[in-house]
Amino acid sequence: MTKALKRFYLALILLFLYLPIVVLIFQSFNAGVSRAKWEGFSLRWYVELFRDPSIKKALWVTVSIAALASFFATILGTLAAIGINAMKKSSQGTMMAITSIPMTMPDIVTGISLMLLFIFTRVDRGYFTMLLAHITFNTPYVLLSVLPKLREMSRYTYEAALDLGATPGYALRYVLIPAVRPGIITGALLSFTLSLDDFTVSYFTTSPLVQNLSTLIYSEARKGIKPTMNALSALMFITLLVLLLAINYRSIKTNSNK
Amino acid sequence: MNAMNMPAWGIWLMALGLGIFIVMIILSLKKHRGVHRSLFAWPYSLWMIVFTVVPLFLIAYYAFTDKAGSFTLDNFKNFWDSNYEMKKQLIDMGFDVSAMELSDRGTVNVDTLVYSLWMAFKCTVICLAIGYPAALFMSDRNFKLGPTLIVLFIVPMWMNFLLRTIAWMTLLEDNGIINTLLESLGFGKLRLMYNSNAVLLGMVYNYLPFMVFPVYNSINKQDIKLSEAAMDLGADEMKTFTKVTFPLSIPGIVSGITMVFMPSVTTFFIPRVLGGGNTEMFGDLIERTFLTADNWNVGSALSLIMMVLILFSISLLRRVDPQGEGESLL
Repeated sequence: MTKALKRFYLALILLFLYLPIVVLIFQSFNAGVSRAKWEGFSLRWYVELFRDPSIKKALWVTVSIAALASFFATILGTLAAIGINAMKKSSQGTMMAITSIPMTMPDIVTGISLMLLFIFTRVDRGYFTMLLAHITFNTPYVLLSVLPKLREMSRYTYEAALDLGATPGYALRYVLIPAVRPGIITGALLSFTLSLDDFTVSYFTTSPLVQNLSTLIYSEARKGIKPTMNALSALMFITLLVLLLAINYRSIKTNSNK
Repeated sequence: MNAMNMPAWGIWLMALGLGIFIVMIILSLKKHRGVHRSLFAWPYSLWMIVFTVVPLFLIAYYAFTDKAGSFTLDNFKNFWDSNYEMKKQLIDMGFDVSAMELSDRGTVNVDTLVYSLWMAFKCTVICLAIGYPAALFMSDRNFKLGPTLIVLFIVPMWMNFLLRTIAWMTLLEDNGIINTLLESLGFGKLRLMYNSNAVLLGMVYNYLPFMVFPVYNSINKQDIKLSEAAMDLGADEMKTFTKVTFPLSIPGIVSGITMVFMPSVTTFFIPRVLGGGNTEMFGDLIERTFLTADNWNVGSALSLIMMVLILFSISLLRRVDPQGEGESLL
């Protein structure tokens, strides 16, 4: 009895979490424009999606920023993790404190502080500044997924490579990086999804001329969202779901390999 | 991408610095024992200084200066009394302000902050009340579906949060799905939207997973032998929970509270979509001050107040969880 009750409770919460998403996906197949009325099944919005230039452009901005930002964040974060792992305890503390700043600050403060930086240095806000901002909030996540993997390996492996005549570059490429590869991939996927979904930081660090999907949705929210947006987000949801399953599959695999 | 012209000396300086470090590292990588590994963290340190530490100092700089750039505390006085600017001008013009009756008491900003804190508090309490039992049930080792279900808690977060909030609009509207359903069942329509309860619902919806994960992790990593030992020593299920499982899950609760409370104070957008006229929260106020009122100085002061509050509450929570155990949620 209590077991059934527990399951019922969990089912109820999951229903609460999925209700809006189901509604959204339903709407994307609705033939009519109205939000609440069902006027029959249609793929109309999916077809129109590929004709809408503003959505196409926003999609391109979103995906290219996510790809570039996660690429740079992965390099920066992985190098940082290797460096921090080799530091003395006291300097490690300082570095971790700096890392925790962007993670504890509310998004709106991150966004505004970066906006002020760009205004102060007289850099016009747009694609480039949004990219810089995304790299900034992604890197700590990469760092924090690589660092535990480094802590798991022996401190002496890298030094043994050097003793055996490897240059630091060689040891990095053939000893350190392969050992922490799962962490790097998890970090890269994580930062890709984070930047795909980001709204607040992008909103403050771009201009109205360069919009990603989130800021486009925001600017349309007042006059009403186009149903094409629902179609797009349903598509993106499925894509992210696949990505997420890939991350989880990886972590399950690496856990069972241990 | 037409906004890519960068006339600034600032960005070039940053790029130059970063470039020098990267070239330095690449060169030294080829030399045998040419580089200590801690050097690999240099680009990151530089990046974080330029894009995290310096921007924070900029917020402080703008908060303590006026439009001309000289030191002032007016921005904070503006926070306490939103009529401050007006009163100052009136005094300059020779009026006796203390004798005047102002229609607006000038507490708009403070009221918004108090309201936001109250909403964030309610949201945190509700998330804990709903989320804790859920996390507890899922971490039950006899419940084989647990690990799968916890993944299902993450999945909704990958749908754009703006769209999820707008989807609630479809459900709650006067002619929305819930009201249509109620009507067809013979009940009257309910006014579900445009009030602070709708905003609260939107917040709980968005932040619930952030409570469930850390709590789930902290219960899940407990050694099962501990609760088994308690049972063997004669404790019943209730006593095992209150004396073993719950105290050991406190780090998870602390980090859950942090992860829900912090972002919910600065909630922004949700009140605008689901709320009515006077449900503005502090995040909206900051955004409006910066972008609509175009007042960076007052906006920075508001952000600074926000940050101080958050740092203060983090340090309070650290006392409960000194090792920061709950932070390992990734």
